[in-house]
Amino acid sequence: MVEEIGTTADGDLIINVGPQHPATHGVLHLVITLNGETIKKVEPHLGYIHRSIEKMCESLSYRQFIYVTSRMDYLSSHINNHGCALLVEKAMQIEVPARAQAIRVLLDELTRIASHELWWGAMAMDLGAFTPFFHAFREREMINEIMEDTCGARLTMNYILPGGVLEDIHPDFVKKTKEFIALFKRKVDEYFELLTGNIIFQNRMKGVGILSAEDAISFGCSGPTLRGSGISCDVRKHYPYEIYSQLQFEEVLETGCDSLARYLVRLREMKQSIHIIEQLIDNIPEGDFQAKTKAVLKLPKGEFYQRVETARGEFGIYVVSEGGTTPYRIKFRSPGFSNLSALDHMARGSKIGDLVAMMGTLDLVIPDIDR
Amino acid sequence: MWSISNIANWVNEWLGKNFSAAWVTVFEMVIAGILVISLFAVLGLILVIMERKVSAWMQIRLGPNRVGPKGLLQSAADTVKLLVKEAMTPNGADKFLFNLAPYLAIVVSMLLMAPIAFAKDFMLWDLNIGVLYVSAISSVSVISILMAGWASNNKYSLMGAMRSGAQIVSYELSAGLAILSIVVLTGSLNMNDIIRSQADGWWIFKGHFPVWISFIIFLIAITAETNRAPFDLAEAESELTAGFHTEYSGMKFALFFLAEYVNVFIVCAIGATLFLGGWMPFHIGHWEGFNHIMDFIPSSLWFFGKTFFLIFLIMWFRWTFPRLRIDQLLNLEWKYLLPIGMINLLLVTAMAILKWHF
Repeated sequence: MVEEIGTTADGDLIINVGPQHPATHGVLHLVITLNGETIKKVEPHLGYIHRSIEKMCESLSYRQFIYVTSRMDYLSSHINNHGCALLVEKAMQIEVPARAQAIRVLLDELTRIASHELWWGAMAMDLGAFTPFFHAFREREMINEIMEDTCGARLTMNYILPGGVLEDIHPDFVKKTKEFIALFKRKVDEYFELLTGNIIFQNRMKGVGILSAEDAISFGCSGPTLRGSGISCDVRKHYPYEIYSQLQFEEVLETGCDSLARYLVRLREMKQSIHIIEQLIDNIPEGDFQAKTKAVLKLPKGEFYQRVETARGEFGIYVVSEGGTTPYRIKFRSPGFSNLSALDHMARGSKIGDLVAMMGTLDLVIPDIDR
Repeated sequence: MWSISNIANWVNEWLGKNFSAAWVTVFEMVIAGILVISLFAVLGLILVIMERKVSAWMQIRLGPNRVGPKGLLQSAADTVKLLVKEAMTPNGADKFLFNLAPYLAIVVSMLLMAPIAFAKDFMLWDLNIGVLYVSAISSVSVISILMAGWASNNKYSLMGAMRSGAQIVSYELSAGLAILSIVVLTGSLNMNDIIRSQADGWWIFKGHFPVWISFIIFLIAITAETNRAPFDLAEAESELTAGFHTEYSGMKFALFFLAEYVNVFIVCAIGATLFLGGWMPFHIGHWEGFNHIMDFIPSSLWFFGKTFFLIFLIMWFRWTFPRLRIDQLLNLEWKYLLPIGMINLLLVTAMAILKWHF
C-alpha cells in the first residue's frame, strides 16, 4: 500500500529512501516511517529494475538462457551461470570433464572473493569510511584482470556453457592467481586491521540489526545472512555440486545474530575461498575443457531444480520442461529477495544510521531482487 | 625586514602622511576587508585541493591531476563551474531564509578571522577578549545551518539541520572547557598574551598531562563542531544524501562548502595559537644555535605550518574513521568528554594556583 507521502496521522515522518539514494546502491525504494530518528517501519518498494527475465527465458534456448542470469546478480554472475549449466547437465545427464569442473570451481571462488570485496568496500562507505573502498578495489582489480584474460569479460563473464567452459584457461591464469593469493592473504588481515578493530565501527555494528535464528529461517534468508545467525546452510556443504565434496573447507558460522556477525562471516569466507583456490590451483586436471554435446539441447519432460551458493546465498533455478528446446516455465529463487524481506523486522526501533549499516550487511544487489 | 608586521606599519605610516586620520581608518578597514576576502578565497582553494590530495594519498589514488600543473588548478576550475551554475530555489522553500543562510554561514567565518594572530604583531583586531569572542561567534554558525535546513522544505535537510544543531551546541561545551584550561594557565583572554606566554615553551610541552587531555578533547570537539567525519552526521551522505545543503546548488552551495573549509582553518588556527604557540618558533632549552636557526624562519610560516599540521590531522581522521551514530555522538559528549573536561579544568586550575607547571 502506498501511503500519502508526508506525515502519518500520528505525526510520524514518512521518508522515501530511494529509488535514487546513495545508500541503496541501486534503484531500491524504501518508504520509511520515522519517529524522530527512530524507525517505526520500513517498506521496500520493488519493480524499478524489473526486466521480466523469467519470461524472457521462456523464449530462449537452453544454451542461451544461461547468459541472461549474468544480468541478475551481476556480482556473482559466474556462479549464476554455473547453476543454470548444472541444471541442464543434470537434466540431460551430460558428463562434465574433470578439468572443466576444476576451472568452474576456481572461478566460482574468485567471483565470491570479488563480490565480497566490493561488499566490504561499499559497506564501509555506507558507514562513512571511504578509504576501505579503494583498498578493496585494488585487490578486486587483480581478480578482474584474471577474469578478463580467461573469460574475455570482467563482470558478466558468460564463460560457462552446458558441458564445460567456453575456452581453456589463459596461459597466465595459474601464475596470476597464485600472485593474487599470495598478496590477498596479507590483505585480508589488513582489512581486519583497517576496519574491524575500529572502536567506532564495533559500536556501530555490535548488537545492531538483530536477526534471530528462528526469524532468519522464517524469512527464508540464506547465505552469509543466515550463517551470521548461526545456522549452517552452505549449499556447497549440504548439497555439494561439482567437486566441492572433495575439497577441504570450513563453513563459516557466527552466532552473534547482529550486523557484526554477518560482517565477520563474509570476511572469514574470503579466507575459506582462498583455501579452496589453493587446493585447486596446482591440481587442475589435464584433459578436455568441454564435453561433446548435441547441437540442439532438449530437456526431457519434467521439472528440474538446481541450487548453488552465490556470494549472497542460495540461488535456485526451477525449470519446467515440456520436452522442447525452450523452457515451458522458469523460476529463479534469488537470495537477495528473501534477505531483503528481513530488513523491516531488523530495522524497527533502530536509528536511520543503523538502517544503512543493516542494508550493508545484507549485501543487497538490486537487479538480483527485481529480476 | 619583510615581515608582515613591518609591511603593515609601513602602509600605516604612508597613509598617515598623506591623509587625515579619519580617511586612514576608512582605507585601513577597506584594505583589511579585501585581505580577509582574498584570504578566504585562497584558503578555500588551497584547502579543497589539499583535502583531495590528502584523501588520494591515503586511498592509493592520484587525485586531481589534469587541470594545471599536478592538478593544482582543479579547485579554480571547480569554482568557475560553480559560479556559472544556476542557483536554484526549490518550490515551497522559504525564499528569504533559504537565500540568507549561506551568507550568514560565510559572514560567521569571516568574523572569526578577526582576532587570529597570523604572524608576529599582525592581527586584524587585537581584542582583549579574543578567546571569548571566538567561542561566542562560532556558536552563531549553528543558526545558519538550522536556517538552511528549515527553509529548504526538505526532510533530509531538516533532519541534517537538527542533528547538526544538537551536535554543535553539545560540542561547544567541550571545546570551551578545553580552551578555558589554557586561559586559566595564561590568565588572559587576549590571543597575543596567550602566545607571548608560550615564549619559553608551548603549552602542549610545558603544561604537562592536563593540557594534553585538553588538547585531545579540543581536537575531538573542533572536529565535531566543524561537522567533519567521523562526526559528519549533518551531511551523512549515505543516510541523508547531503544533509542540510541537499537543496543548494551553484554558488550558494559553494558558500557553504567554503565556510566549512574556512571554519576548519580557523579552529585549527585557534588550536595552534592556544596549544602550539601560534607564531612562536620552536625552541629547545639552551641550544642557542638551534634556537637561532628557528628564529630565522618567519613567524607567519610558523603559524601556517602549525595550523596546516592540525588541518592535516583532521583530514586524516576524516579519511580513516567510520561515522558515529547520533546517539553515540551525544553519549560521547555528555557522558565522557564533558565530565573529563570539567575534572581536567579543576586539575589545571589547581596546577595554576600551586604553580606546578614551568
